[in-house]
Amino acid sequence: MTNSLGDIEEAEAFFITGSNTTETHPVISYRVRRAKKRGAKVIVADPRRIRMAEEADVFLQLKPGTNVALLQGIAKVILEEKLYQEEFVREKCEGFDEFAEALQAVKLDEVSKITGVPEEKITQAARIYAGNKPATILYAMGITQHAQGTDNVLALASLAMLTGNMGKRGGGVNPLRGQNNVQGACDMAALPNVFPGYQPVTSEEARKKFEKAYGAEIPGKPGKPMTVMFKEALTGGIKGLYIMGENPVMSEADSAKAREALQKMELVVVQDIFFNETCEYADVVLPAASFAEKDGSFVNTERRVQRIRKAINPPGEAKSDTEIISELAGKIGLKGFNYSSQEEIMQEIASLVPKWAGINYKRMENGGICWPCPDENHPGTPILYTEKFLRESGKALFKPVTYQEPQETPDEEYPFALTTGRILYHYHTGTMTRRVEGLSSLYGAEKVWINQNDAEKMSINQGDRVKVASRRGEVTAEAMPAREVLEGTVFMTFHFAEACANELTNTAMDPVAKIPELKVCAVKVERA
Amino acid sequence: MVKLNINGIEVQAKEGVTVFEAAEQVGIYIPTLCHHPDLSTFGACRVCMVEANGRLVTACRAPVEDGMVVKTDTEDVNKVRLYNVELTLAYHNQDCQTCSRNGNCKLQEVARFVGVTPESMEGIRRSRVEQFIDDSNPFFHRDNTKCILCGICIRTCEEINGVSAIDFAYRGYKTAVSTVGDKPIKESRCESCGECLERCPTGALYRSKPAVPEREVESVCTYCGVGCGIYLGVRGEKVVSVRGNEENPANRGDLCVKGRFGFDFVNHPDRLKTPLMKKNGNWQEVSWEEALSFVADKINGLRKEHGSQVLGGVSSARCTNEENYLFQKLFRSMGTNNVDHCARL
Repeated sequence: MTNSLGDIEEAEAFFITGSNTTETHPVISYRVRRAKKRGAKVIVADPRRIRMAEEADVFLQLKPGTNVALLQGIAKVILEEKLYQEEFVREKCEGFDEFAEALQAVKLDEVSKITGVPEEKITQAARIYAGNKPATILYAMGITQHAQGTDNVLALASLAMLTGNMGKRGGGVNPLRGQNNVQGACDMAALPNVFPGYQPVTSEEARKKFEKAYGAEIPGKPGKPMTVMFKEALTGGIKGLYIMGENPVMSEADSAKAREALQKMELVVVQDIFFNETCEYADVVLPAASFAEKDGSFVNTERRVQRIRKAINPPGEAKSDTEIISELAGKIGLKGFNYSSQEEIMQEIASLVPKWAGINYKRMENGGICWPCPDENHPGTPILYTEKFLRESGKALFKPVTYQEPQETPDEEYPFALTTGRILYHYHTGTMTRRVEGLSSLYGAEKVWINQNDAEKMSINQGDRVKVASRRGEVTAEAMPAREVLEGTVFMTFHFAEACANELTNTAMDPVAKIPELKVCAVKVERA
Repeated sequence: MVKLNINGIEVQAKEGVTVFEAAEQVGIYIPTLCHHPDLSTFGACRVCMVEANGRLVTACRAPVEDGMVVKTDTEDVNKVRLYNVELTLAYHNQDCQTCSRNGNCKLQEVARFVGVTPESMEGIRRSRVEQFIDDSNPFFHRDNTKCILCGICIRTCEEINGVSAIDFAYRGYKTAVSTVGDKPIKESRCESCGECLERCPTGALYRSKPAVPEREVESVCTYCGVGCGIYLGVRGEKVVSVRGNEENPANRGDLCVKGRFGFDFVNHPDRLKTPLMKKNGNWQEVSWEEALSFVADKINGLRKEHGSQVLGGVSSARCTNEENYLFQKLFRSMGTNNVDHCARL
C-alpha cells in the first residue's frame, strides 16, 4: 500500500476494485463501512455483486478481465470533463500528453460494450472518484491475476495521479495483500529478480555487497519465477525443488500441469505444518513450526513490520523453519547460517537493506514500524511519495495502456467465464481453516456460484451436483444459483482439494509480473 | 472547556462530553449496563441516573454545562438505580455459578454497586422467561434468559463492522434481540466476527467452547495481510483463545471470524511431528539427521552434475521475514537466483 490503514479511513471516496474486501480483508471492510456511515462515497467495480456492492454509491459489474477498458473509460471522463488536478499533473508527473493522446482512441460506448457497464455508471464513478478528495483506491488479486495485471495496476495508478491522490492522507493506490507476510516475503527477496529490499540482482553494486556478505558467487541475472520453474521442470530445466510453507498443487494455475512438473523432478522437498496435497509428490517432508510456536516478524499490507512471539512449543519433533534451513545449510556445506536468535537475523537484514536500516526488534514494540525506515531515528513511512516519486526526476510517469481480451474467452464449447477467489470462512488451500471445525460447519464444501437465470436454463437447482470443465481439467461440486454472479460467469474457490478451481484455471500469464490469469478462463457447466 | 462540580469535585471537561465521561475523567464510578466506550450512547438501562442541577438525568446522554452541579449519590439517585437493576434482575436467569461471565459480569458488578440484596428483591415478583438458546453458530451462542436488552450487540454489529445482522424485535415484555425473520443467527447475514460476543455485558452471548487462558502472548494474526494485533491465550501446551489487541494500529482491537475463532489448526492432531521419507513408495518416519543428510546430498549431487541453476526454491508468504531472508540466502549462497514464493497466487 502507498498509504496506511489508519489514514485511508479518512478518505472521502473509496474506489474498490478486484477486492472482495468484506470476505478477504474483513477488518479493512469494517473501516470502509464506518467511513460510509459518516458520509464517504463508495465505488465498487467487480464481476460479482459482492457484499461491498451494498455499500456502493455506484456499482460497476464488469465482465471478468475487462478492467483496463473500464479504467480507461473512467480516465477518459475525468479528462474530458476536466476533473483532473492540473497542478499536480504538471508539477509532479510526466508523460501526461502521451497519456491523454492515447485516450483519444477510447470511446465510452465501446468501453460500455466491452465491460457490460452502462456509460452513465462509468461517468458517475469518474465524477465521484475525482470529485471527492481525498479519494483512495483499494484493490487486490481481482486486478493483478490477469494476463494484463501490470496494465491494470498502471491504469489505477494513472487515475490516482490524474486526481492528485498520491502522497496524501486518505489517498493512494492500495493493494490489499492477501497473506499474513506476503509483503515481507517480497521485501526479504523470496523473489528471483531482487536481493532483500528490492535491490536488483542486475545491479553490480548490490551483487557485490551480497556476494561479500554471503561469501558466494551470485549470478547477475534474475532467476526463474515459480510459474516458470514449474514450466521448465517439464523439460528438465529444474530438477530439484525445495518448497517451504506452500501447496502449489492446489494454488498454482492448472493443477494437472503442476502435478506433472513435480513428478518430473528428481528431488522434491516439502516443509510444512500439515501433510498437504503437494506432499504426495515429495521425496522428503519436513515438519515445521506454526506461527504460534516461534519468534520473528511479519510485514502487513501497509508495510508495518510487527513482532510475532513464541507462545508454545512445536508438536513432536517439529522445528522452526529457521532451525531447519540453518541445519540444512550446514549439511550442504554453506557458512553463515549460525544465528543465536531471530533478532540477530534481523540485525543482518538491517545491515544489508537500506530501507530497513532503522528497523530492529526494540523499535517493533508498540505497534510496529512502517518501512522505509533508513536510520534508527527515522519514524518510519506510513505514506509513500509525500515529497517525490522514486524515479530519477522525482516525478511519476503516466504509462498509457491498451485493452486486450483475456487469453481465454468463452466460446461455444466452453461458454462460461470462470472467476476464482476466496470466501470469508476459509483461507487459501484450506490446510488450516478446514481443520477448524466451526469454519467448516459454516462453509464445508465447494460451491459453484452460477447466475440464477443460467442455472434455470439448464434446470440446475441449489445443491445439485454439477461438473465444471475447462480445457485443462474438470471438477464436480454443488451448484449455488445466485444473483451475485453475472450471467455467463461462474465463481469458485481454491479452498477445497476435492473440487479445486485451479484444476481448471489457465497458466497464461502477465508478461512482466509472471502472474497467472487465475481470474478468467473458459469453462462449461453441466449436471453431474 | 466547561467547568462543573461533581460530588464537590471541580471538573474541567471539554464541551460536548457527557456527564458520564466527565465523571470518568476524575475517577468517579457511575454504574451502567448499556453504555460502551466504543459505541454511540443509547440511554436504555437508566442505571447511570445522576442528579444534575437538581434534576434526575441519564449521565450517558446529558452533556456537561458550565456551572453544572452533579450529585451521584443522593437518595433519589440510589432509589432509581436500585429499582432499575432489580427490574432487570427480575427477568434474568439466576444461574450465575455456571455462567461463563461469572465474576466478569457487568450485571453482577452493577447489582453489587447499587446494593441489591435478597431482601430488596423480595418485593419484586420474579417472572420466568421462556428459555431459547440459539446455538446455530459454531463459535458463539445466545441465551435470551441472560439478555438484558442493553442493545450493545446490536450497536456493535451496526457501528463496528457495519453488518447490522441483528436488531430489537417484538414489543414490551416480549422484546428480544433477533435477526430478520427471527431466523437462527447462522442463517442471517451475520459474518461471525464475534465483536458482539466480546462486548456483551452478561452471559447472553457466550463462546461455545469457553476457555480461560492461563497466560497471554502478544502476536500477529496468521491469516490475511491486515496484520491484526492479537493476544494468543495459552493453557498448558495449547492455544485456547485469541483476542484483539486494542493498542495495535492495524486493527485497533477488531478481528474477523478467522482471526478470532480459527486457531484450532495449531493444536490439531494432523500436525506433522516427524520428518518423513518415501521409501519404496511408502512414507516412513525418519530422524532429522537422515532426512536432512538425504536432502543435502541430493542437492549437492544435482549441483555437481548440472550446476545450481537446476535448483528452485519456493519460499512462503506464511513464514516470517527472518525465515524468508534465510531461505533466499540459502539459494543465493548456492549460486542461484531461482527463488520465489506465492505472492502471485
